Amino acid sequence: MRIPKSWLNEYVDVSNISNAELESKLFSSGFEVEEVIEVNKCVKNIVTCKILQKDRHPDAEKLFVCQVDAGRYGVLQIVTNATNVSVGDIVPVALVGAVLADGMEIKKGKLRGVESMGMFCGGEEIGITDEYYDGASGDSVLIFHDDFELGADVAELLDIKETVFDISVTANRPDCQSILGIAREVSAILKTPLKMPNTQYKTTSTKVIDKVKVSVLDNELCSRYMAGYVSDIKIEPSPKWMQKRLALMGIRAINNIVDITNYVLNEIGQPMHAFDYRELTGKEIIVRRAEKGEKIVTLDEKEFELDENTLVICDANKPSALAGIMGGLGSGIKDDTTEIVFESARFKRDNIRKTSKKLGQRSDSSSRFEKGVDTYSTCLGLNRALALIDELDAGVIACDNIDVNATCLEKKKIKTSLAKINKLLGIEVPSEIAVEILTSLDFDCKLCGDELTVLVPLYREDVEDYPDLAEEIIRMYGYDHIECKLLDNAQITVGGRNELQVKEQILKNTLVENGFCEIITYSFISPKDYENFGIDCEKTGLIKLFNPLGEDVSVMRTTLLPSMVNSIEKNINRKNLEGRLFELAKVYIPKSLPLTELPDEKLSLSLGAFGNEEDFFTLKGVIEDLLDSVKYSQKISYIECDLPFMHPQRSANILDQNGEKIGYFGELHPKTLEKLGIDKRVYVAEIDYAYISNSFDKVLSFKNYSKYPSIERDLALCCDESVKNAEVIDIINSANIKTLVNIELFDVYTGDRIEKGKKSLAYRLTFSSVERTLGMEEVDGLVKKILKRLSEKDIVLR
Amino acid sequence: MKEKISNLLETAINSINSAESIDVLNDLRVALLGKSGSVTGLLKGMKDVEPSERPKVGQMVNELRVKIETALNEKIAFIKEKDLEKRLLSEKIDITLPAKRKKVGALSPITLVKNELIDAFSGLGFEIFEGPEIELDEINFQKLNIPKDHPARDMQDTFYITENILLRTHTSPGQVRVMTSKNPPIKVMCPGRVYRSDDDATHSPIFHQIEGLVVDKNISLCDLKGSLEEILKRIFGDKIKTRLRPSYFPFTEPSVEIDVSCFECGGKGCKLCKGTGWIEVLGAGMVNRKVLENCGIDPDVYTGYAFGIGLERIAMLKYHVPDIRMYFDSDIRFIKQFK
Repeated sequence: MRIPKSWLNEYVDVSNISNAELESKLFSSGFEVEEVIEVNKCVKNIVTCKILQKDRHPDAEKLFVCQVDAGRYGVLQIVTNATNVSVGDIVPVALVGAVLADGMEIKKGKLRGVESMGMFCGGEEIGITDEYYDGASGDSVLIFHDDFELGADVAELLDIKETVFDISVTANRPDCQSILGIAREVSAILKTPLKMPNTQYKTTSTKVIDKVKVSVLDNELCSRYMAGYVSDIKIEPSPKWMQKRLALMGIRAINNIVDITNYVLNEIGQPMHAFDYRELTGKEIIVRRAEKGEKIVTLDEKEFELDENTLVICDANKPSALAGIMGGLGSGIKDDTTEIVFESARFKRDNIRKTSKKLGQRSDSSSRFEKGVDTYSTCLGLNRALALIDELDAGVIACDNIDVNATCLEKKKIKTSLAKINKLLGIEVPSEIAVEILTSLDFDCKLCGDELTVLVPLYREDVEDYPDLAEEIIRMYGYDHIECKLLDNAQITVGGRNELQVKEQILKNTLVENGFCEIITYSFISPKDYENFGIDCEKTGLIKLFNPLGEDVSVMRTTLLPSMVNSIEKNINRKNLEGRLFELAKVYIPKSLPLTELPDEKLSLSLGAFGNEEDFFTLKGVIEDLLDSVKYSQKISYIECDLPFMHPQRSANILDQNGEKIGYFGELHPKTLEKLGIDKRVYVAEIDYAYISNSFDKVLSFKNYSKYPSIERDLALCCDESVKNAEVIDIINSANIKTLVNIELFDVYTGDRIEKGKKSLAYRLTFSSVERTLGMEEVDGLVKKILKRLSEKDIVLR
Repeated sequence: MKEKISNLLETAINSINSAESIDVLNDLRVALLGKSGSVTGLLKGMKDVEPSERPKVGQMVNELRVKIETALNEKIAFIKEKDLEKRLLSEKIDITLPAKRKKVGALSPITLVKNELIDAFSGLGFEIFEGPEIELDEINFQKLNIPKDHPARDMQDTFYITENILLRTHTSPGQVRVMTSKNPPIKVMCPGRVYRSDDDATHSPIFHQIEGLVVDKNISLCDLKGSLEEILKRIFGDKIKTRLRPSYFPFTEPSVEIDVSCFECGGKGCKLCKGTGWIEVLGAGMVNRKVLENCGIDPDVYTGYAFGIGLERIAMLKYHVPDIRMYFDSDIRFIKQFK
């Protein structure tokens, strides 16, 4: 909200308070001043001069050499290229040492050899527009049409300087979206009386009701509608003081009537509308919901087709305005308008918001209604507008305004106690101070013992209960009165992470120790990712955003893989030569589509690794390490994986002991890499974290170990190349030898020294007993038993 | 015989002194003291000595043996010492060569800040609740006193999936989920991802918050200030001060912003605090009575406070991260700075 200080000063005296102090006081009571704009502060030394002589420049075709009378500054020579000035004109001249509105300083100069002691100014150089002085808009030199004294300071003469506070108003305080609203606050903050705007005006004996009939058919969407009538209007420009203020608010002056409605909107916060009386068929105003298919063309010549959710203001025949948003073409004020009906109404905030959004049609009025306009301002706004008509002598005002009112105009009553307020605040605010603060904010207070009865001002619709009063009191009393207490009166609770949350931390730390960097990527990805990777999403389907930021971030991911691979690609492109990445994040699995209930959100873990030191087995090691770290209790196994984006020979599915897939890992398929333009091997894994977290329950329990020496036997086995290590170990274990405590594969060999199609696997078996030292012969027997089982599967000693 | 003994001693000592390696000395030991060594040989010649002289000569031979042995041992020890010295010298290294370190990774700075906050609040008895990211409009907005078409919805640009299902715009729905499922006393924090349809240097469509909620009898604004000041001191250092100032959130009343005095300049005014000496860190307030009621908690019996902290913002302040998008950029060079 822009608040020009001089305008504010009309309703509360701020002439003796510095800008910085006002800013800081507003800030601590809840109104942050986002910017203090010093309009035209720098402008100086621009004075009125009369042109005495104008000659062509001797050496430049487009330049003129002028002699001007600068009053007390004497006669000066000015070189100009302006063609619109003539001898006898009074113009603004920036003297040597002058500063223009854009901050530029004027220096003595020579133009093509001729000295110039300044520069003729247009409105832009002075920082003004037509709203300040007619002729100031546009880019030619401003020629004064008043007989100003020569050598007078133009900035002073036209009163061009102003301080404007740009104040951020929170959504609960629509009543402060106006000069008057802020003035009320400032009056309470500074304990300075508020002067209300003038709302007195003289009327004729004509009654509004004899001129126009108003009926409101929907009281919910329009809870108050007031109408006034003005005749004998002469449309003309409004006075400069009004235009200037509108300009400071960023509003262009149009004519006296339109300017008054805009003025009231900014000053009181009440949107107004003026109808051309001639255009009101049947001299009637009907406020109703539109019929489906009904059409209206608004002032800006856009046509809209309406439905029954739109509130319209109609005459006897047709809609003449979109309520609270914009008037209809034709019903507006024209140069020859002589009679008007003023509308001041309260339309339902949410409905205006909805309609404005739906039609894509906004205005100052609608954005004001969207914030919330109170019932109190309906009447104040109309009376202020009529008082301005009177003040500007713009027309003849009828008496007895129409007021169709469906809301309660009685003030809300809150019965509470200071004790309750103090308990919420945690401090004791002295009762006289509490009452004084509320009173200064226009609340009527009655304190009876501790019981506090408060009547809430009509414009404070945000105040509903005692916590609101507590806030009013403390923001004025000062938040620095709040002390620090560490939940002194609260019950003790056991806090902290639960077991799963602890495990999550352990998992992340294990990964970090293993060289992994944690990434956080967007939860929404591109549907194209599914195509690129050949990921199947048919089974579950994808959750699509209704209003994504773009197609490439439009579906909620059901896998972390694409984000992981894209992250790796980004790193490789940036010449990061090696790296390990992980992400622990949610995937979103719909139960049905379109969503009728919330989907499953499951934590998933993705790993990625690239660089010279990485291979299938480094990643396998990490996976086993991290499962250990979180006390995963299930025995896992690996089988081939047939995911289309994975290397068919170098990837695996991970199964738990029930054969359920808990994830996959391995090398990315060369085709996938090629599509992404990656020329390095990349290893990835994705693990269903939510599922495995059900088994983070391995019980730690002591097992006795042997104090007798163990016996090791190395077996170099020869078998078919297709035989897997896991199969060999299964066979060895199937011999069910209790004293066999460890099996370690320490060499794998294929090559010249072995038959083609065969390979050699060398195992070290460790035998040990907790009860005794094992005998050599005994171990020999056990090894024989193992070898027998192996030979049944064609696995023999080399 | 006596002469023999003294000659042998002299030759032996000379040989020992001139020996330069342990091997030579070992050979000498065998040659002198071994079974067929010279000293042993002397003993064999005892039979030629007068019987009355024998004990005396015997003693002399023994003394000879001890002398030789001592000389041998001393020389061996000397050489060993010298060898070791030599070896140690030869093993000289440049201790400023780079260390051989295990390659460790790093957590995201967001996780670091999250852990720090969780640890701090855990100590005050807060537990952790993580609600869904895809949330009902009812829980994300309506139960929090933000009805449909309320202007407060402008404060949060929302990603919708259907009319009633959306990506949560804040972690505040966690409050609702906790309060509707648990009786007071409640002390809980709800960390997680939140979403708003915004994308520039200071806004990311995805960011992280921690919501905090306390509901019990007798909770006041002073408790809010006290606990948050305590936590903020842990994060930004003991020297900071906090300041409350009025604000507005539909789900709290009164609502406040909490600022900390600038930890870079100590409040004098610098670039970080934009010259004000204060930095805005979080929004908070006393839980709105309507919200308590909506969640089935009697507002005449219980009061509470709630707050919301943006983790990216805290990490930006703490670690001087210049652009919020860096957290989501996955660049190893960024992440590794936080180990």
